[in-house]
Amino acid sequence: MEFLSYLISGISLGSVYAIIALGYTMVYGIAKMLNFAHGDVIMVGGYISICATSYLELPGWLSVLLAMAVCTVLGVVIEGLAYKPLRQATSLAVLITAIGVSYFLQNAALLIWGASPKGFTPIIPATNAQGEPNALPLFGGQVSISYISLLTMGACIIIMLALTFFTGQTKLGKAMRACSEDKGAAQLMGINVNRTISVTFAIGSALAAVAGVLLCSFTTSLMPTTGSMPGIKAFTAAVFGGIGSIPGAFLGGVLLGIIESLAKAYISTQLANAILFAVLIIVLLVKPSGLLGKYVPEKV
Amino acid sequence: MKKKNLAAMLMAGAMCFSLLAGCSGTGSTGSAAPASEEPSQGTQESAPAETGNQGTEPTGTASGTFKLGGIGPLTTDTAIYGKAAMNGAQIAVDEINALGGAVQFELQPEDDQADPELGVNAYHKLLDDGAQIIVGSVTSGSGIAVSAETYKDRVFTITPSGSSVDVIAGKDNTFQVCFTDPNQGTGSADYIAENLPGAKVAVIYRNDDAYSQGIRDTFVAEAKAKGIEIVDEGTFTKDTQTDFSVQLTSAQNKGADVLFLPIYYQPASVILAQAAAMSYAPTFFGVDGMDGILTMENFDTKLAEGVMLLTPFSADAEDERTQNFVKKYNELHGETPNQFAADGYDAVYVIYEALNAAGCTGDMSAEEICEALVAVMPTISVDGLTGQGMTWKASGEVSKAPMAVVIKDGVYVTP
Repeated sequence: MEFLSYLISGISLGSVYAIIALGYTMVYGIAKMLNFAHGDVIMVGGYISICATSYLELPGWLSVLLAMAVCTVLGVVIEGLAYKPLRQATSLAVLITAIGVSYFLQNAALLIWGASPKGFTPIIPATNAQGEPNALPLFGGQVSISYISLLTMGACIIIMLALTFFTGQTKLGKAMRACSEDKGAAQLMGINVNRTISVTFAIGSALAAVAGVLLCSFTTSLMPTTGSMPGIKAFTAAVFGGIGSIPGAFLGGVLLGIIESLAKAYISTQLANAILFAVLIIVLLVKPSGLLGKYVPEKV
Repeated sequence: MKKKNLAAMLMAGAMCFSLLAGCSGTGSTGSAAPASEEPSQGTQESAPAETGNQGTEPTGTASGTFKLGGIGPLTTDTAIYGKAAMNGAQIAVDEINALGGAVQFELQPEDDQADPELGVNAYHKLLDDGAQIIVGSVTSGSGIAVSAETYKDRVFTITPSGSSVDVIAGKDNTFQVCFTDPNQGTGSADYIAENLPGAKVAVIYRNDDAYSQGIRDTFVAEAKAKGIEIVDEGTFTKDTQTDFSVQLTSAQNKGADVLFLPIYYQPASVILAQAAAMSYAPTFFGVDGMDGILTMENFDTKLAEGVMLLTPFSADAEDERTQNFVKKYNELHGETPNQFAADGYDAVYVIYEALNAAGCTGDMSAEEICEALVAVMPTISVDGLTGQGMTWKASGEVSKAPMAVVIKDGVYVTP
């Protein structure tokens, strides 16, 4: 039973990583760039949700929509101002710019919302009005899954399936895949590469907003640096699963959450992060392209 | 070649970012020190002129204007401590200046973001600006670095709330207003042994933090001596202070009915919320780092109902001095002062008493003041908000009675 409850907390934590990792992998798969500012867009999403619920007194679900809208705009603006001018530049230049954007967002948040942590009211409160936990009891109450965990897992699976369908079946999705394979050839085929990449950023940032609200519902507090550590872990998850692969990001995120949780429970709370990254190294040694990543042979 | 480039880029990116992440706590604020928190210099300077003939001359021999340098985190996640301590100190400074006596104070607070390096920088800036006595640092980590410097330079230092033993260890010129960590750990264990007999205790502490680790060590030692059963210990670090489900599940499964939390209020707020979510309701027992949880923005104070903490200051104490202080703090800053505000307030009064006992004058150098004050500190006794008849050992350790409070309906009450 104990094992099961650790497993459940691992899966729900992993689902948050997975949603963030999906955003990373989308942008990487299509624009071939690492958007390190992704973690900070998550933080902005969290703050927008807090502002919407506490200042505008909107209900929780509406605050998520508002956060998605704001983050979508933010993502497109970041892409247009910071990344578009660097389309032809080396990938290292884009990477440094992304880190700069990350810092910019953190410091902007610091100026706007201040340094002290803000409490975050989860979109599904931990307990109901009678003080009973909002959770689904299993095995006669020995183990329980909180509704917020169920919501996170559900959201994660839906987003993963929707993205797979979107990139596989729709016209815009096909355009994205074309851009990811060869930008030049895609342009010759009449695909507007810039617009396609902007749309990718819009989707990635909207996902970041959802991830932000769900992440903060777990951690119940928010600071300008909240996004950076989950951002790094989600990036790890994306690499673990095979960066660029949508099911890979999902799998990587969930596995990472489970490993972290079980390592904390059975090995050491101190070494949990070290174990996590050790597993990553081993996987990459055995399978350099990640669990579900495609191995692309080099053309000579 | 494409693939090789890609791998290189990934590695570079990961390395860059982990470096950045490592210093994000310290590197990201700088310019963000909220101007509104700076005490207004204007009121300070005009105070003597206005109140010069009130006729409540204190019975001291000190005279002149003394410049106090305050060091504490005014930004980042520990800002709540630094701001409270500096606001409290400023109220004491204003009060003393308003007496119109021979002693006048000027307080200049500097931000250290609770970072040792920035603390030392702040200290040097204060020296350049002419500070003669240091009130700081508010946090232990920075305090250890700052007191090492002030010991070298012979500048008298009084820390409102730097509670680690290392802040005062081997430095004869640094004194504490707050309890040392061993005292807090021992005090908590004594309190639990006496008032919660038969408790099964679990401890969750942050093991990359001197403050948390220090209290935990003495707590565990004293608990053993008193026969308290410790059934579980969970740890976390700065990077993992957002998810405690594993530690809480473990404590719950081992049947702990008291959860001792020698940690700061921010992770504590997460623990309270996650424990409520899994309907685990032990008695939460915190120390001074828990102080501040009620003023955290957006925090649901219902979660903190029944939380006990060891603190020397309670804003609902009924003595006149506490009531006046709470009223004034509320007027100026719109919130109820916490223990750190009271520590800051007391720190200034301790300096005031010590200066009077030693007969210092404002034109003395920092070094002369330091030697004079070090000599008198073990001889004076100060009545403050955080304790009656506080006395000091030559080592810098304070002696006063600890007190436990319990949170009821969003305020501290004595159980």
